[in-house]
Amino acid sequence: MSSGNPIIRIEGLSKTFQGVSGDISALEDISLEIREGEIFGIIGMSGAGKSTLVRCMNFLEKPTKGKVWFNGRDLSQLTKKELYQIRRSIGMIFQQFNLLMQRTVAGNVCFPLEIAGVDKKAAAKRAEELLTLVGISDRADSYPSQLSGGQRQRVAIARALATNPRVLLCDEATSALDPSTTRGVLTLLRDINRRLGITIVVITHQMKVIEEICSRVAILDSSHIAEVGSVEDIFTRPKTSAARRLVFPEDPSMGKLSGTRCCRIVFNGNSALEPVIAEMVLEFRQVVNILFADMKNIDGKAFGHIVIQLPDSGMVADRMMEYVRSKGLTAEEVEGYV
Amino acid sequence: MFDMEIFRMIGSGLLETLYMVLVSTAMAYVLGLPLGIALVITDKDGIRPMPFVNRFIGIVVNVLRSVPFLILLITVLPITKKIVGTTIGPNATVVPLVIASAPFVARVVESSLKEVDKGVIEAAQSMGASPWKIVYKVILPEARPSLIVGGTIAVTTILGYSAMAGIVAGGGLGDIAIRYGFYRYQTNIMLVTVALLILIVQILQEIGMKLANIGDRRNG
Repeated sequence: MSSGNPIIRIEGLSKTFQGVSGDISALEDISLEIREGEIFGIIGMSGAGKSTLVRCMNFLEKPTKGKVWFNGRDLSQLTKKELYQIRRSIGMIFQQFNLLMQRTVAGNVCFPLEIAGVDKKAAAKRAEELLTLVGISDRADSYPSQLSGGQRQRVAIARALATNPRVLLCDEATSALDPSTTRGVLTLLRDINRRLGITIVVITHQMKVIEEICSRVAILDSSHIAEVGSVEDIFTRPKTSAARRLVFPEDPSMGKLSGTRCCRIVFNGNSALEPVIAEMVLEFRQVVNILFADMKNIDGKAFGHIVIQLPDSGMVADRMMEYVRSKGLTAEEVEGYV
Repeated sequence: MFDMEIFRMIGSGLLETLYMVLVSTAMAYVLGLPLGIALVITDKDGIRPMPFVNRFIGIVVNVLRSVPFLILLITVLPITKKIVGTTIGPNATVVPLVIASAPFVARVVESSLKEVDKGVIEAAQSMGASPWKIVYKVILPEARPSLIVGGTIAVTTILGYSAMAGIVAGGGLGDIAIRYGFYRYQTNIMLVTVALLILIVQILQEIGMKLANIGDRRNG
């Protein structure tokens, strides 16, 4: 769990790339703190600068302006050797896994240890441990080309953990995987965070990934940070339009209804799976129209959100919102939704 | 149709050809492999971008590759004389062969190394690997199958060059083909030497492809 001390601190960071037709600004004035032990999400549409931001955290990209501190050390002040050393404390996994295709699974996990100068026997032993941890110890002698996407990502995770890093950076780590494999990999990441206390930074364009494992999230929108906060806060009460766009993805069918009030009900797991909406309809004898719903059942608790269109009568609508709140749910009126 | 004399001559020609080709290829790689690596890592997207160095090596390689082999063969005769002490025979031929094929090898190596996935290199960088370690632990092993295929191309090209050296009495099968087949109109001897050259190319090609496939783990 989060101890609150910042392990990565970014201040006033900007990054511009030299393009063919002038400079392209990828990040502007980013300030962030990632606390030790948390799972921190960075979400944004493609092209928002997420990948560049995560690469600034281990200096694969050098910021044009601003500073990055890792565990209190200013990365820009390090010599090359010191930087190589520090990178061993920052593991990284990628969308395309980036495994060495000519090495076995075990060989891949040993690779960072070879670079760090660990002797062969100790490295092999550590690789075995890690492959057991990620659940593919039976494939140690296979080559990456013989594995599925999910298995490859597990190898990549084992490899990233080999040097006992304090932080694991995940760059769209589940974007190339199907939903059920994604869930498996996310569960593994959460496990690693809890059991080994490793801070995890997750870069993604999928809100689902953030909801699933992150405790805090930053929303990156066209090179800027639009919002930072706990996932619950941002999910329940998104303040900026960038956040709203990510929380409820646009559905083209929604523009057709108009003129009535809408209410968004958020299920934070506070209520058991009781048919709140159905009971409300029975209670008020007024129908509501469900416009959007994204729900899931985790350990018998309801998580997710529903957008309903309230009845025309203002009084009934107000009382319905009261009713929902009395059930321990968050209800807020949303405008411009229909 | 041939007497023992001719058999013996063709036999020693064959050995001379193999000797020239193998020695030249080895030496061409000693020079060309580092050049090829340098071309890749100093490239603007490489792991140690050095535009000026990259430009310079590129130009030298291009200039050497532009000179037709026959011209180069004759132009370097004085250099050959200085190094080997003679301008004829297989040892003398090794000099122009190496000068001509090292830049060729550099380009073949460059194209093999550029096939290595950038993501894998980035992963190695994220683990704190130095550029040198990335070269010998990531780029070279990952490019191994492609390097072997490139090596096969290089060795067969050098075989072709070595035959051309017959024109300046360079020894080997090419020499025999030119002396007997071309100057003396003994077509049958020429045909035999050409057939042997074809056979060598076939065998080298087969071996190269086999080695490349055995070493390649990308296809499961």
